[in-house]
Amino acid sequence: MQTEPNTIAAEAAARGMKVAFSRPDSLRPVVTNFCPGCTHGIIQRLVAECMDEMGIEGTTVGVAPVGCSVMCYDFFGCDMIEASHGRAPAVATAVKRVHPGNMVFAYQGDGDLASIGMAETIHAATRGENITIVFINNAIYGMTGGQMAPTSLPHQVTQTSPYGRDAQTAGYPIRVCELLSTLDGVAYLERVCADSPKNVRKAKKAIRKAFQYQQEKRGYTLVEVVATCPTNWGMDPTQAIGWMQENMLPYYPLGVYKDVVADGFENAAEAAFARAEGCPMVADYGKDGE
Amino acid sequence: MSKELQIVLAGFGGQGVLFAGKVIANAGLIEGRELSWLPSYGPEMRGGTANCSVTLSDDPIGSPLVTTPNALVAMNQPSYDKFAGQVAEGAVVVADSDLVSGIEDAPGVRVSAIPATKLSQEAGLDGLSNIVLLGKLWDMTRFCGRETLDAAIDKSVPPSKEWLKEKNKQALQIGIDA
Amino acid sequence: MMSEKVLMKGNEAMAEAAMRAGCRFFFGYPITPQTELAAYMSRQMPKRDGVYLQAESEVAAINMVYGAAAAGARAMTSSSSPGISLKTEGISYMAGADLPGVIINVQRGGPGLGSIQPSQSDYFQATRAMGHGDFYMPVYAPSTVQEMADLSYLAFDVADKYRTPVVVLADGMLGQMMEPVVLPEPVDPASLPAKPWATVGHEGKREHVVVNSLFLDSEDNERQNVARFERYEQIRRDEQRVECYRTEDADVVIVAFGACARIARSAVNAAREQGIRAGLIRPITLWPYPVSAIRECAAKVFLVVEMNMGQMIEDVRLAAEGSAPVEFYGRCGGVIPTPDEVLEQIRALDEGLGD
Repeated sequence: MQTEPNTIAAEAAARGMKVAFSRPDSLRPVVTNFCPGCTHGIIQRLVAECMDEMGIEGTTVGVAPVGCSVMCYDFFGCDMIEASHGRAPAVATAVKRVHPGNMVFAYQGDGDLASIGMAETIHAATRGENITIVFINNAIYGMTGGQMAPTSLPHQVTQTSPYGRDAQTAGYPIRVCELLSTLDGVAYLERVCADSPKNVRKAKKAIRKAFQYQQEKRGYTLVEVVATCPTNWGMDPTQAIGWMQENMLPYYPLGVYKDVVADGFENAAEAAFARAEGCPMVADYGKDGE
Repeated sequence: MSKELQIVLAGFGGQGVLFAGKVIANAGLIEGRELSWLPSYGPEMRGGTANCSVTLSDDPIGSPLVTTPNALVAMNQPSYDKFAGQVAEGAVVVADSDLVSGIEDAPGVRVSAIPATKLSQEAGLDGLSNIVLLGKLWDMTRFCGRETLDAAIDKSVPPSKEWLKEKNKQALQIGIDA
Repeated sequence: MMSEKVLMKGNEAMAEAAMRAGCRFFFGYPITPQTELAAYMSRQMPKRDGVYLQAESEVAAINMVYGAAAAGARAMTSSSSPGISLKTEGISYMAGADLPGVIINVQRGGPGLGSIQPSQSDYFQATRAMGHGDFYMPVYAPSTVQEMADLSYLAFDVADKYRTPVVVLADGMLGQMMEPVVLPEPVDPASLPAKPWATVGHEGKREHVVVNSLFLDSEDNERQNVARFERYEQIRRDEQRVECYRTEDADVVIVAFGACARIARSAVNAAREQGIRAGLIRPITLWPYPVSAIRECAAKVFLVVEMNMGQMIEDVRLAAEGSAPVEFYGRCGGVIPTPDEVLEQIRALDEGLGD
């Protein structure tokens, strides 16, 4: 909900013009703190557009992480909660349990989600919490100035891997969608990227689908967006897109990693029990997973 | 016997010392007395030693941990060996003579050793030697009214084990008569 | 209508009282010796349209309390000492975001894994440093099962009134013991006052609300802290609780809380029987500390008895302001002092006073 009346449409009409492009209603009229060329702005806009189109801003509660997108509690027009580092899925879990009728999403970066918050991530997913996670993977800690992230690539130079990430001592990057795809509570996982108008449209479709599944109570949903960090990668925005396409996309292939509906199930629970067919402990649960 | 009864019930985990203690506590509750029940707790869920402290009093109870009991129910050897030396002068000691040997009379202590395990088995009340011993303890201390004791059994047995109520009452009587 | 007396374990009485206070959201993680509390919740919450959620860790559990509180619900968690340490981060965030909630600590010996037996060694943590940052929280120290019920119930009202997390500081002895208890009257959660700051969805009717503890502008952060400390002043003024037992003419006054106060009470009675003028001050709130009860006491000597190496003694010394010597007797690591040991200390101090 806007505090100031949106005067753009009125002004355009007065001049005999039509508004072709404007800020989504679900984004507040505030200036963001993102660096030039950062993809957070695009992705947050997509989330807001989905809220607008579905008419859910007034019933949505968002959970902001710690990281570059920490201030998104100021940007989104829905009610917002700022979580501690990594705990957004736990916070979102409780919000949804208190008000199951609310739409609940968490917006998290790679350090927040896949490092300090990995336990919360895995367990919210395996509990099949009916929440949506928008996961931004840009292979680096942005806010603290460019340290190695759990998703930094082998040989990627960061402030804390100055000789390049050495897999022998720093381990390998975590592929979040692949990891979560084994968990029964998950209804939908897709990895997208916002490097071209076509892919931006695909990314929006994925976020919309995740929200849709949540509305339909199908289970845990997560959309991973492979993103850039020109500032901390030490590149200009165009170079950064190129580096991402060349290096990240082969390591983190785009696509759908789980979709219980496409697999012919109503929800995650139904898929879970079908997978465990033959186990007497689930035999009595029936098709609806109850 | 002082008006404050400080009881230690001790045995192996699974022998029902906590339950027997709970019956005493419920008897106190029914008669509107001050009471406390405190179990020992440890990593062993079964087979280790278990004990509980129960205090019945007419005044607010200070420490619920009984260190100098004036009543002791010992259901196995380690329990007897550990607690028999700690009892107060004038205390009552009840022990299962099937499981405890070397029971000695001590000056100023009233000792009653009864074959509670055998008595309960003979009556078809396997596993209720704890209640047989409780019956004996009651007989020696009269810590509550006789009807209260049966009512305390009714209160202590969970509704899901309704059928155990009568068996417990039988076991009590066996102990009282022993 | 007065409820009847029932026999309950302390851990279960706290759980039942919390639900009667309108709490329908419990988030926990198993740890001895608070287990019965969580088990009771897991049995009862589904029957009362509530949520029992066994979290993946204590860290997750406290953040679930944070989320549920942000969404406007009465929520709680319980744990024992090592688990409370893990929750302190989340508690700091709750304090920083002005969120109400109840945290029950059934203390055991420490540091580290320590023992699983009763202890009071988390006094400093509860009253001084329950997480980073500049904050306090009300800390209740029950010493009977009845008080465990009453104070757990009260904790939710105090938490909502001042928008602060509240601690109930129990210990393994109190948690495990059974006593008769009269349970407080149940409150329907739906009848509780609305929380306009809660994130429940604005439905187009108001500006969005944000629950947050981040203030990038340091002046903003300072203003938040100052406003919070004004509430703390009100809590200090209005929420102190203490029991004074046989202190009117007492020369030797024990100061003890929780389970230790029960032991001290037995020792005081025994000392009186021997003609020693002994008394007991039992703080029921550890923060705010009942300073005036100590300050106004005409004791010739204070004896602080704790199940730790001496923590509350610092508050007693601060409150006594040198009016009388403050001595200490404690057992720790899960060892419980006996009334006889405490009596021995009283006698020694009394003899030291001369005629």
